[in-house]
Amino acid sequence: MTATEAPAAPFIGTRMVRREDAPLLTGEAKYTADLPIPGALHMAVLRSPFAHARISSIDTAPASVLDGVVAVYTGYDLQDLWANPMPSAWIVTEDMKNPPHYPLATGTVNYVGDGVAAVLARSDAQARDALEAIVVDYDPLPAVVDLEDALSDRVLVHEELGTNSAYTWELKVGEEALAAAFASAAFTVKERFVQQRLIAMAMEPRACAAVPQPFGGDMTLYSATQIPHILKVMASITLGTPEQQLRVVAPSVGGGFGSKLEVYAEELLCLALAAKHRVPVRWVEERTEGAQSTVQGRGQIQEIELAADSEGKLIGIRVNLTADMGGYQMLITAGVPLLGAFLYAGVYDLPEAYSFSCTGVYTTMTPTDAYRGAGRPEATYAIERAMDRLAQTTGIDPVELRRRNFIRPEQFPYTAFTGLVYDSGDHDGALTKALEMVGYDALRTEQQRRRSSGGTHHLGIGISSYFEMCGLAPSRVLASLNYSAGGWESATVRITPTNKVQVVSGATPHGQGHETSWSMIVADRLGVDPADVEVLHSDTALSPLGLDTYGSRSLAVGGVAISLALDKVLDKARTIAAHLMEAAEEDLEFDHGTFSVRGSPDHAVPLAAVAFEAFTAHNLPDGMEPNLEAQVTYDPPNFSWPFGTHICVVDVDEETGAVEVVKYVAVDDCGNQINPLIVEGQVHGGVIQGLAQALFEEAVYDADGNLTTSTLADYLVPAASDVPSITTGSTITPSPTNPLGVKGIGEAGTIGAAPAVINAIVDALAPLGVTDVTMPASPQTVWAAIAAARGGDR
Amino acid sequence: MQITTTVNGVEHTDEVEPRLLLVHYVRENVGLTGTNIGCDTSSCGACTIHVNGESVKSCTMLAVQADGQELTTIEGLADGDVLHPMQEAFRQCHGLQCGYCTPGMVMAAVGLLDENPTPTEREVRLGLEGNLCRCTGYHNIVKAVLTCAAEQNGSTVEINA
Repeated sequence: MTATEAPAAPFIGTRMVRREDAPLLTGEAKYTADLPIPGALHMAVLRSPFAHARISSIDTAPASVLDGVVAVYTGYDLQDLWANPMPSAWIVTEDMKNPPHYPLATGTVNYVGDGVAAVLARSDAQARDALEAIVVDYDPLPAVVDLEDALSDRVLVHEELGTNSAYTWELKVGEEALAAAFASAAFTVKERFVQQRLIAMAMEPRACAAVPQPFGGDMTLYSATQIPHILKVMASITLGTPEQQLRVVAPSVGGGFGSKLEVYAEELLCLALAAKHRVPVRWVEERTEGAQSTVQGRGQIQEIELAADSEGKLIGIRVNLTADMGGYQMLITAGVPLLGAFLYAGVYDLPEAYSFSCTGVYTTMTPTDAYRGAGRPEATYAIERAMDRLAQTTGIDPVELRRRNFIRPEQFPYTAFTGLVYDSGDHDGALTKALEMVGYDALRTEQQRRRSSGGTHHLGIGISSYFEMCGLAPSRVLASLNYSAGGWESATVRITPTNKVQVVSGATPHGQGHETSWSMIVADRLGVDPADVEVLHSDTALSPLGLDTYGSRSLAVGGVAISLALDKVLDKARTIAAHLMEAAEEDLEFDHGTFSVRGSPDHAVPLAAVAFEAFTAHNLPDGMEPNLEAQVTYDPPNFSWPFGTHICVVDVDEETGAVEVVKYVAVDDCGNQINPLIVEGQVHGGVIQGLAQALFEEAVYDADGNLTTSTLADYLVPAASDVPSITTGSTITPSPTNPLGVKGIGEAGTIGAAPAVINAIVDALAPLGVTDVTMPASPQTVWAAIAAARGGDR
Repeated sequence: MQITTTVNGVEHTDEVEPRLLLVHYVRENVGLTGTNIGCDTSSCGACTIHVNGESVKSCTMLAVQADGQELTTIEGLADGDVLHPMQEAFRQCHGLQCGYCTPGMVMAAVGLLDENPTPTEREVRLGLEGNLCRCTGYHNIVKAVLTCAAEQNGSTVEINA
């Protein structure tokens, strides 16, 4: 199927090409580093080369005399500029330990890349050159790079805390039932998995620029951020700047994947120093410094135990996590692993017999935070890998085992053991479709043929069925998790005098194609051309209310807000139309942009005439305000629960450990699709990010806490030649909880992919006795797993 | 040092530091910011431009090495308001999301088809391995390049989708 240039209404459901593309394809789009800002000073940040050290002295004098250098600051110099420490919005338990930290370190540094000084200079090159002239004396302390070592408190990262454990958070449902389940289980499995640290590596490095208007007192921050609205509030609190004096703009943003869902030291430094110097201050991240100083993802040790009855039905699950916080808490560091707490039973019908415990620990590595999926890929990996282990243990085929445990379509809406209500689903439908698309039976036959022929290339088939708990989030649920903000989204719809439409959204796109999708929703509802819909976003002056883009929330929350604002603006238009037509409102119908009296289509007024009337206000009903405008803030009643099944087929060479992905089928169900072209794009990208965790990527730290994969030459973001094409399919099970019937899709691919890939590798190597392969499953790792299974006889 | 280049058909003469990278020259001296910088190890390809018609990562050359050369950047690819067939193929195939790798990816793809007008899917994947994309998983980029090639050759595209 090809894309469509300008399809006819209805637009929803068509593969309309994106309106965003032409500026991006021609170099016209401006990312933060592209903005011309006359008179800006360039900032560079000196970063700690030690993972853990006391700063004994800093001499900035040699740097400050260099050509072009305007000022050099240490953390000590700037301490008076901060009204509050760096923000942490998710204090997950009342006793959580959250040591205060500031944009530049004072006292101790706690990871390689921790900022210790900032230079302002006339050019970027001068600023960076000057970093080398700053002399810092460090008194090194031991590094902590292993989570179990961190838990032991052998070395304290933050000595004043007396422990490295930041918190222990528990979710226990039916403790007696759980104990009974494990006591009576016909089968149990106990698995330990490591979620390696990952680096988001959005193609656009971070960048920001603070532009003051010293006499007006106002400050504009341009930043490569996913969250201009949240950033504005947090910057105001951290700097003590009145909120009305801050404006935050996210220009074109080159990907985020959670890493730009953050309030960063450099943003706060640019703001503070621009105010202090009364001139613009800008900063652009270099890739290597970004690898060290931009938040990383995952970083967990997972222990999962399943109890099943004699039929293979799950009767209890225990989960114990150790989660790597890194050196400090960032915006939502502590909460990320807990987003998975509700998903360790995956798509299965588990009775109330569940125990989850997570301990967050400080280490001397870069802080962790959200990365595509944030907690949910980890949970899905654990349950889907454990299900395959259970299949092996019980001798039940992994497809059949999943089918026996699925929540059935007639059980929806389904109240889970956690109390959360799953909106809709047809897991067997998605699995069955994926099996057909991949040709499952033929593959199993081929696998058998290969196994009996005794070759060294093994075929493996891996299945992963998932739920993506997304559309973050109902505000009251967030409150129950101690998150310090809501989960609503705002939308305003205005119809202008010439019947064009302005949509203002609080969602903040950075590659997702919001402008296209929003224009399709509006065009269908109002009967206008999508090209006549202007979409305003990503600027707190244009779109003052918003909670931005993460957690696959933009459509399921922000798009629904637009839909509700359209209802509201049409209600007003209907009242005006009825007044103009001297008809009763309830007798009017609205179709293709025209109000008409039901049954007499000639008695009609187009929306354009109503819009102009609302503008002139010459003949409006008594007491009615002029103009057609409506604002809605939508707080979702529930998460949205997209789901699907991914099947990965691999060829593993037992001689070399090399894994080739032969085929990858993704069947995803995100409810009604606004634009299938965009949905597929999200799945493709998500799958490859999940596959990359399974096969390629790992942020590797040596024993001294040095990141040894801090460039794109060392950190293996896959290239086109490393990955397969993806075969996508979908089923459509609308969400009953919102009027568009939509669910999120941004994280689904990443959630489904990693377990499908590793299940496939383990399936391939099962005859050799391999029961697990750690991520990333590099040839060395796979080869070592084969050798270990053979008792090291190679 | 003084250098003279022709960028997208327009001649520029500038005084540059010997250490200035070509990508910084294009962005800062010529003022064309469509060419993006995504790394510091010549790994990502975001800064790919054409030098005398050949695709080059512009972070791998010094500005002084471009003295007297013809450069084409992403801004020079379209014909007025009409997108280059490769740009149009990326648009039709949804071969971009955030757009940051896109200028380099498109320039590399144009260079690829110049060298091999009828590539297989594998040849496209290998030909673009110096250009990283984090959004698309490459699926639709590969499809766009094959579509562009097919349109130029009057054939049809087969990609697993």
